[in-house]
Amino acid sequence: MSRLTLDRLGKTYGGAPAVSDVSLEVEQGEMIVLLGPSGCGKTTTLRMIAGFTAASSGDIRLDGTSILALPPHRREMGIVFQSYALFPHLSVARNVAFGLEMRSVAADARRDRVEQMLRLARLEPYADRLPRQLSGGQQQRVALARALAIEPRVLLLDEPLSNLDASLRGEVGRDIRLLQRSTNLTTVMVTHDQDEAMAMADRLVVMRDGRVQQIGTQADLYERPATAFVAGFIGRSTMLPCHIDADGTAVCDGAPMHLASRYAATGAATLALRPERLSLGTMSGSGSVTGHVELAAYLGAVREHVVRIGPEQRIIVRDGTAGGAGLYPEGAAVTLHWQPDAERLFDAAGAAIPTHHTEPTVMRMNADG
Amino acid sequence: MTTHSAPIERAQGWLLNALLVAGASIIFLPLIFTVYLSVFDETIITFPPRGYTLHWYADILPQFGAALRTSLYVALAAAAISLLIGVPASIGLSRYRFAGRSALSTFLLSPLTIPGIAIGLGIYVLAIQVEEWNGVALAGSMGLLIAAHVLIALPWVVRLGLTALANSDPAAEEAAASLGAPPWRVLWRVTLPRMRAGIVAGGLFAFIVSFENLEMTLFMIAPGMTTLPISVLQYLQYHIDPLVAAVAVVQVALVAAALVLLDRQVRLSQIIA
Repeated sequence: MSRLTLDRLGKTYGGAPAVSDVSLEVEQGEMIVLLGPSGCGKTTTLRMIAGFTAASSGDIRLDGTSILALPPHRREMGIVFQSYALFPHLSVARNVAFGLEMRSVAADARRDRVEQMLRLARLEPYADRLPRQLSGGQQQRVALARALAIEPRVLLLDEPLSNLDASLRGEVGRDIRLLQRSTNLTTVMVTHDQDEAMAMADRLVVMRDGRVQQIGTQADLYERPATAFVAGFIGRSTMLPCHIDADGTAVCDGAPMHLASRYAATGAATLALRPERLSLGTMSGSGSVTGHVELAAYLGAVREHVVRIGPEQRIIVRDGTAGGAGLYPEGAAVTLHWQPDAERLFDAAGAAIPTHHTEPTVMRMNADG
Repeated sequence: MTTHSAPIERAQGWLLNALLVAGASIIFLPLIFTVYLSVFDETIITFPPRGYTLHWYADILPQFGAALRTSLYVALAAAAISLLIGVPASIGLSRYRFAGRSALSTFLLSPLTIPGIAIGLGIYVLAIQVEEWNGVALAGSMGLLIAAHVLIALPWVVRLGLTALANSDPAAEEAAASLGAPPWRVLWRVTLPRMRAGIVAGGLFAFIVSFENLEMTLFMIAPGMTTLPISVLQYLQYHIDPLVAAVAVVQVALVAAALVLLDRQVRLSQIIA
């Protein structure tokens, strides 16, 4: 069993950096998800771990030993590709047996192991079929069974759900997560899908332009985004350019705004507000701003108001409909309120500005405006 | 379907069938006519014939046996050598990025674009030059004939090899490597099996291109060493009898049989279509 270390890993293509300075510790049995938009370097990072792409700088260690010099076939990584990459000319059973054949596992042991993997992946009835005779979800399970059959030291998943129907993704994702938990495999997954990443990861690595933006748990990323990019990428945020006065008041688009916390900065900044943590009406909260309702929609469990606070800027508010809350009419003057956990301030470079005092942990109260 | 469109659809269907029949006729009528001619019991082709006979078929081997043997030998050798060069070349071109890659690809495919006469003349002149320089008698040798045929057969092997590889996901090779297969086993267990249809089709095309080549080969033959197409051409200069038609029918039948057999094995249509 294994612990994977990336140490200032970098990759340049003809001088242009694709991945820079990625450092990461993946603990034994942990599932890490590399998350980011396309071109952020997450797939290149995965391919460097697998050995398909040579690293330009830094090191990759498995249990403390560098594996950079090892070719892919000696790294003992189980990989599930986005395209599944099954061998189309081999039956399902032969696909699963491939890695065992390469390891010269005796025929008896091989047959037992293949049977066990097919059972685990619920593929027993399809052992003799060719991959093209299976559905996408079944092919995906063959790819997973094939990767797990060799008892890899690390499991690598490259966008494993992106070729599946949307209706199947949640289910297959849970299957993969359960299998990963039960086998206690150290796992690195790559995806651009935020929901998928949040649902499956122990910890996430948000990447952008080849650099790590933030590493942390789901709650770390959502509650304490380190950069403006993370605040916008994990969950939704309304991003407002504003100016912080010396007395701690923020002015956004001409509208004065009371922030819930005090910050150790003045000048130009970006304020990020979580729509689902704002409330309309009489609710109190240390953060507030006034505006006019521009658009209102009843979405079932929640209602959504778009509130214009100045000539250019709007804030989206999403709060619960429990207790029979209706919609405000368009044009109505309203006040938005929020607790410290709804807001986050970033400087011009996109880095989070810390608060003056440690944030008091305020329980969020039910909005019943 | 509405009743209004039914007459139009019927007309379209009729037109489609007519075009199909016309197309098939253009392809098959000459062939049918050749078969018909080959059984004429006449020494000069006249119409209508006095009677019908199969004896022209019996005359093929005595007349063309030696040339046929040379053609088969050259075509088999050219196809085998083209496969040995072309299959690795197409894997290299498809799976690796290196300086001069597109230049090499163009170079390997270029004989397709040059007329056979030009290639034949060029090779002939070069062979004479080489002979003047160092006394090696290249012109008219079996080695030069096979080498020239490899030149025109190779593009087909490379082209069809590249097609086969383009249709197969390179990630499968990476998957094999991650499962513990060293490069040569990846090649043997994954890459080559997935190229099977392309290799078979490439070999077959290489064989046919070599076997039926006339214009380039005209510059390569020597007394006592001639290929079937040239031998047929020479025969035609002095005789116009149904023997040539019989030879043509046998050739077509052999190639057709090879195609049908191979298609059962490897679904050539996947590669060629």
